[in-house]
Amino acid sequence: MNRRIVKLAAVTFVAGALALSGCGSRADNGSTSSSGATKIAKIGVIAPLSGDLSALGLGIKNSVDLAIKQANDSNAIPGWKLEISAMDDQATPDVGKNAATSLSSDDQVVGVVGTLNSSVAQSVTPVLQPVHIVQISPANTNPTLTQGQDAANPARPYDNYFRTCTTDAVQGPTAAAYLLSIGIKNVATIHDKKSYGQGLVEAFTKAFVAGGGKIAIAQTINPDDKDFSAVVTNVKAANPAAVYYGGEYPQAGPLSKQMKAAGLNVPLMGGDGIFDPSYIDLAGSASNGDLATSVGAPVDTLASAKAFVSAYTAAGYKDPMGAYGAQSYDAANAIINALKTSLAKATDAKSARADTVTAMSSVSFDGATGKIAFDKYGDTVTKVITVYKVTAGKWATEKTLS
Amino acid sequence: MDLFWQQLINGLSLGALYALIAVGYTVVYGIVQLINFAHGEIFMTGAFGAFATWVVMGSPSSMSWQVAVFGMLPVMILGGIIVSVTMALLMERLAYRPLRDAPRLAPLISAIGISVFLQEFVRLFFGDIPGMPDSKRAIPFPNIEGISGRSVSFGNVNVQISALFTLGALVVCTAFLWFYVNRTKTGRAMVATSQDPDTARLMGINVDRVIMAAFAVGAALAAIAGVAQGMRVGNIDFRMGFLAGLKAFTAAVLGGIGNINGAVVGGLVLGVVESMATTFIPGQFGSPAWKDVWAFVLLILVLVFRPQGLLGAKVVDRA
Repeated sequence: MNRRIVKLAAVTFVAGALALSGCGSRADNGSTSSSGATKIAKIGVIAPLSGDLSALGLGIKNSVDLAIKQANDSNAIPGWKLEISAMDDQATPDVGKNAATSLSSDDQVVGVVGTLNSSVAQSVTPVLQPVHIVQISPANTNPTLTQGQDAANPARPYDNYFRTCTTDAVQGPTAAAYLLSIGIKNVATIHDKKSYGQGLVEAFTKAFVAGGGKIAIAQTINPDDKDFSAVVTNVKAANPAAVYYGGEYPQAGPLSKQMKAAGLNVPLMGGDGIFDPSYIDLAGSASNGDLATSVGAPVDTLASAKAFVSAYTAAGYKDPMGAYGAQSYDAANAIINALKTSLAKATDAKSARADTVTAMSSVSFDGATGKIAFDKYGDTVTKVITVYKVTAGKWATEKTLS
Repeated sequence: MDLFWQQLINGLSLGALYALIAVGYTVVYGIVQLINFAHGEIFMTGAFGAFATWVVMGSPSSMSWQVAVFGMLPVMILGGIIVSVTMALLMERLAYRPLRDAPRLAPLISAIGISVFLQEFVRLFFGDIPGMPDSKRAIPFPNIEGISGRSVSFGNVNVQISALFTLGALVVCTAFLWFYVNRTKTGRAMVATSQDPDTARLMGINVDRVIMAAFAVGAALAAIAGVAQGMRVGNIDFRMGFLAGLKAFTAAVLGGIGNINGAVVGGLVLGVVESMATTFIPGQFGSPAWKDVWAFVLLILVLVFRPQGLLGAKVVDRA
C-alpha cells in the first residue's frame, strides 16, 4: 500500500513538472517589461545559442545586446526603451522556424537579427515576412536569399530580408582568385551538403575552373561524421595541392587534423564558417598554414571597429564576439537607425513593423565593418572579403580585397 | 591496389573500435537478454573520464613520447575505465536490476531513457565540474605524443599510429577476455549464468554479482575504445556515443549476439565493409556520405540469409 502511494505521488509530480516545463518558454528574454510612459520595442535574435556553433551564436547575441544597451544609454529613440529577445535555433531549420513563429507572435518585436546559417534563414524569413518584421542577417552568405534561385535573372524573394555581410557569390570567387594567385592550380573540394557549404563550393568551383584551375576530386561528408578517414583516403589518392572545404569549423577542424595525420600535408581553405578560434582548438597544430576567407575587413583595421571591440571588452561578456560580432553590431544599429524613423510616429511596436522595413532601404551610416547601406536586393553595399591564415596558432590577416 | 590496402587498414582500425564496444553489448545480452542501448553512452563517459583524468593531472602537454605513451596514456585509460565502470554499475543497479522480472519491453525503454539522460547530463553539467571545459560543443582531445597525428608508411600505404593502438588494444582485450571467460571462476560463472540462471543459482553462483561483472567488463572495454576514438578523431563530444553505439550493436548482431568472438568478427567486418564501400562502389553511391547506408545494408542481408549472425548466436531461448 505504501509503495503504491509513493508511486502515485511520484507519477503525479513528474507529470506536473513536465506540464509546467511545457508552459515555460525557451526564450532568453531580457528584463520584464515595465509599464509607464516608456514604450517597449524588442529586437529579436535568432542564432545557435547551444550546440556546436554556439561560439558564433553567442557572439552575435552579445553584440546585439551591446548595441541595444548603447542605444538605451544614449536615449537614441526618445520615449522608447529597447530590449533584446534572443531565441536559440540550434542551427536547425525546424527549431529556427519555431523561434521565428514565437517572435512574430510577440507584439513588441519590431526587428530581428539573424540567422547564422543560410539553411535556417530559408525557414525563418518566410515566417517573418507576412508580419513585416525586418530581418537582418550578419552571417548568411548564400546568394539565393536576396537574389532568388536564378543567378542569371536576380529577383528579390523577400522584401524584409537584408544582410550586413557579403555573399558566397563574392566569397567563393575571391578564394579561387587567391589560390590561383599563390600558384595553386589543383584543388580538391569537400562540402557538408548543407546550403551554405554546397553553395560556397559551387561558387568557388565555377570561378576556379574559369580562372584556369583544375578540381582534382569533389567529395561530400555528412555533417554528423566524426571520422573522415574514407574521404581523406580518396582525396589523398587524387593528390591535390590544396583542399577547399565548404562548411563549418566543428567538422573542418577534425578534418584538417585527420588529413595531416594521414600524410596529406596541404593547406585546407574554407569560408567564414571555419573562421573561428575553435577551429584552431579542434585542429591543433595541424591547422598551421590553413586559410579562410571572411566577410568584412578585419576588426583591428577600421577605427569604428576598434571602438566596438573596446566597448565589447569593457562590457564584460562571458563569450568572445566570434567571427560575426561586428556584423551583428552593425545589423542591430541598422535596425535602431530605421526605428528612429518608424517609431517616431508610432504608438506601439507592432504598427511600426511595416514602416521599419520601408525605412531600412534608406538606412546609411558608418558601422564597425564599414559603410552600412543596402542595395535593392537587401545586400550590403560594402563587399569586402579578407583572407586569413593560421600562423603560430592564431588567425592572422593575409590580404583584404574589395 | 594501394588504395585497397589503405582502405583495408582504415577499415580494420574502424572495425576494431566497433568490436571493442560490441563486446559490451554482446556480453550483457548473453546474460540478461537486454540490449543495453546506453552502452554507447558508457563509451562516451569513458572518453570524458580519460579527458577529465588528464585535466586533473594538470593538463600536461609537453613531454617525451615515452612518458606520454607509457606514463600518461595508461593513467588516462585507467581514469576512463574507473568512470565508465562506475557509470555502468550504477546504471545496472538503478535502472536494470529493479526491472529484471518485468516484461522485456520495460528494461529496453529504460535503456533508451538512460541513453538520453546521460547524453544531456554530460552536455549540461560537465562544464560545471571545476576545471572542466564546457561540453556543449566538441572538446579537443589531448595530444598524446607519439600517437596522435603520427603515422607510419609502408610504401604508399599510410597507417596512423592511433589505428595501430586500436588494433593492438583489440588484440590485448580479446586475449584478456578469452582468459577471463575460460580460466577464471567469475568468467565461467558468466557462461553458466547465460546458459541457465536458475541452475547457476542452485550451483551457488551469485547471479547478481555475475551480472555486475558482465557490465563492468563491457564498460572497461568501452572506455578503452573511447580513448582510442579520442586519439583517432582528435575530439570528444557528448553525442559521440550515439552513432558508434548503433554501429557497434549492428556489429554484435552481425557476428552473432551473445557470442564474444562474434562481436569481434562482426566489428571488423563492419569496419572493413564501410571503408571499402566508399572506394570501390562507383558513382555517387560510393561517396563517403553513403558509408552508413552500406553498413546497414550488410546487416539486413546477413539477417535475412543468416539470422543467427556470422558466427552463430549464443543465447539460450528460455521457454
